Amino acid sequence: MAEQTEKINVTIDGKTIAVDPGTTILNAARIIGGDVVPPAMCYYSSLKGSGGKCRTCLVEVSKGSEKDPRPMPKLVASCSTPVMDGMEVKNKTSERVNDARHGVVEFLLINHPLDCPICDQAGECHLQDLAFEHGLEKTRYEFKRRTFDKIDIGEYIKLHMTRCILCYRCVYTADQLTNQREHGVMKRGDAAEISTYIQNALDNDFIGNVIDVCPVGALTDKTFRFRSRVWYTKPMDAHRDCKKCSGKAVAWMIGDEIARITARKDQFGEVKEFICNECRFDKKEKTDWVIEGPRHIDRHSVISANKYEDPIPEHTPLLNKA
Amino acid sequence: MARKLLLENAHIEGIHTYDVYRKNGGYRSVEKALKTMSPEDVVEEVKKSGLRGRGGAGFPTGMKWSFIAKPEGVPRHLLCNADESEPGTFKDRYLMEKIPHLLIEGMILSSFALGANQSYIYIRGEYMYVLRILEKAIAEAYANGWLGKNILGSGFDLDLSVTPGAGAYICGEETALIESLEGKRGNPRMKPPFPAVKGLWQRPTVVNNVETIAAVVPIVNEGGDAYAQIGIGRSTGTKLISASGNINKPGVYEIEMNISVEEFIYSDTYCGGIKNGKKLKACVPGGSSVPILPHYLVCKTAAGQDRLMTYESLADGGFATGSMLGSGGFIVYDEDQCIVRNTWNFTRFYHHESCGQCSPCREGTGWMEKVLHRLEYGHGKMEDIDLLWDIQRKIEGNTICPLGDAAAWPVAAAIRHFREEFEWHVKEPKACMERNYGLVAEKTFEPATA
Repeated sequence: MAEQTEKINVTIDGKTIAVDPGTTILNAARIIGGDVVPPAMCYYSSLKGSGGKCRTCLVEVSKGSEKDPRPMPKLVASCSTPVMDGMEVKNKTSERVNDARHGVVEFLLINHPLDCPICDQAGECHLQDLAFEHGLEKTRYEFKRRTFDKIDIGEYIKLHMTRCILCYRCVYTADQLTNQREHGVMKRGDAAEISTYIQNALDNDFIGNVIDVCPVGALTDKTFRFRSRVWYTKPMDAHRDCKKCSGKAVAWMIGDEIARITARKDQFGEVKEFICNECRFDKKEKTDWVIEGPRHIDRHSVISANKYEDPIPEHTPLLNKA
Repeated sequence: MARKLLLENAHIEGIHTYDVYRKNGGYRSVEKALKTMSPEDVVEEVKKSGLRGRGGAGFPTGMKWSFIAKPEGVPRHLLCNADESEPGTFKDRYLMEKIPHLLIEGMILSSFALGANQSYIYIRGEYMYVLRILEKAIAEAYANGWLGKNILGSGFDLDLSVTPGAGAYICGEETALIESLEGKRGNPRMKPPFPAVKGLWQRPTVVNNVETIAAVVPIVNEGGDAYAQIGIGRSTGTKLISASGNINKPGVYEIEMNISVEEFIYSDTYCGGIKNGKKLKACVPGGSSVPILPHYLVCKTAAGQDRLMTYESLADGGFATGSMLGSGGFIVYDEDQCIVRNTWNFTRFYHHESCGQCSPCREGTGWMEKVLHRLEYGHGKMEDIDLLWDIQRKIEGNTICPLGDAAAWPVAAAIRHFREEFEWHVKEPKACMERNYGLVAEKTFEPATA
């Protein structure tokens, strides 16, 4: 039996919560929820070793702990800094954090093609949401952007390296979910690219999950590419008996047809149960699935603003008057 | 007369061979330590000596050693960081090339102090010929019983090997070095856990610079107290300085940390003055990543005191009017040099060497390089200067490892002290292609009156 450990208190933007020792600031903030949660582009709770890279989750620790109340001199990555008892953290209330986050968003965007109008990820893209919340309207970057050729990695997945923000999530996914390591990062600095060894096809039952973990449109589903904008599709919880995975997925429908299948994501955009390639790519008939009902898409994604769940929002004054 | 502790015998013919080295008192310290001292005694002597890390950060070595975790039954490792790649720094190469046995002797002492039985020297791939020298020296040390099982009958075993890197500056960062040594991509790790707790193969590890490890030899030979007598304040002992740039006598000098910067630049014992009788324009005292100092802040601090070649004195005034001793890569610029071009060159290096793991450094270094290139070639705009300032500000402190800071500091310092020269590049696009800004009016430092 593990010993019952005492919970420790941490205050984030003035809200205090008791958490288990070893919890990171980001996860403590996620327990509180709402505005105090820092954005995270690379951290993925179910992938070991992820986090610390994108620097969007930087926060200011204004009080180290009860024992050592000195503030931390630098901003810290909340996804990889464990909380201490009595720690006080500033996220949105810190000028320094907002300024640094501004900088990080700008850095992420300078080499991003900004091709949202033709990108399949648009509407459910974390970078889009992040830029919407923290970005500038105009770019200060006046040079040629970095580009790469598109690569087919395997039968179902398209790699669009130009859009990649090098969060390494897909690298960890391929490494931890599949048997052999077949996918990694080559080169360095701003020339670094996600690649398979000599453009090998990724051939594995679970490799499709790299599409779901990708925060941007760098890895897209070839069975769905350019078929529809995501906000025109209706997300439905669906399940089927599958020998390889849990079979719990989301079916994105256009009318009565299933346009694509993804895994179920939580409010922070993270997949909790990964699904297999068969469910994702091969089962596109309505008869393959048991449709449970509409799926609630949470948080600040563009699709959460669609009228699907709540056809006439009460707070739309124009409609209410009519 | 200045004392030399590391390079005392460097001039002797054949000192790189075991026989000559031994005849000149080599491996004396190992005999002393293994026969008369306990590992704790060695750590104690190093603590007393006040030795600080010579790789750049200047962290007290004794304290670093005492942080190493000692869980039961888990091997510990000592790694020697010979991935010296900072532009302007070449002291470790000189030391390893001339007297490789001194490093091996230091490795034996340090490994003994830390209880490490398997130690590694991680050397940059470009130093392949130095690697051959070290390998030969290690083979000699094995043959003469200084490495291997039961050294001098003391029961202490030590295996030592050299591993080359594959050409990455970032692998000089200790956690990236560990990753690289493990055979992985050289990306720095997140800290904590620190290497002292979980380092190489998740075992407690200490990473030290070549010069730091070599300095343990005189410390054990002469005692920590005697070593601490040399130098001023918390800058004890001697330091190797790689002097380069527009000076009459570039090269590696061992200095006692009590001489003034003025003496170091102008004395014939050291740099021998500025080449061709020109005037001093600026100086980077500690390798490319430390802030550049304009001529009026090189020999005197902002408070008007003589600046000394010590950790404290070079840092006097913080980043506003000071710099850092860093790794001791002392670069001198004469009146004809272009600061914008120099800054662009440094930034180009950091852009090339960024590992690409975290966003501010990956994207920011490339951006800075492009803007500086534009300025240097007469296509710049006035806003570019503020833009550069803003980019470096957003990189500094926001990255996983210190490479981001190292890329940001030179840009910040160049703009801080040489803003007029940047502006001149914008105003005189034609002239800046034809000649350099040079050394305009003789300027002296005027403390801000508030």
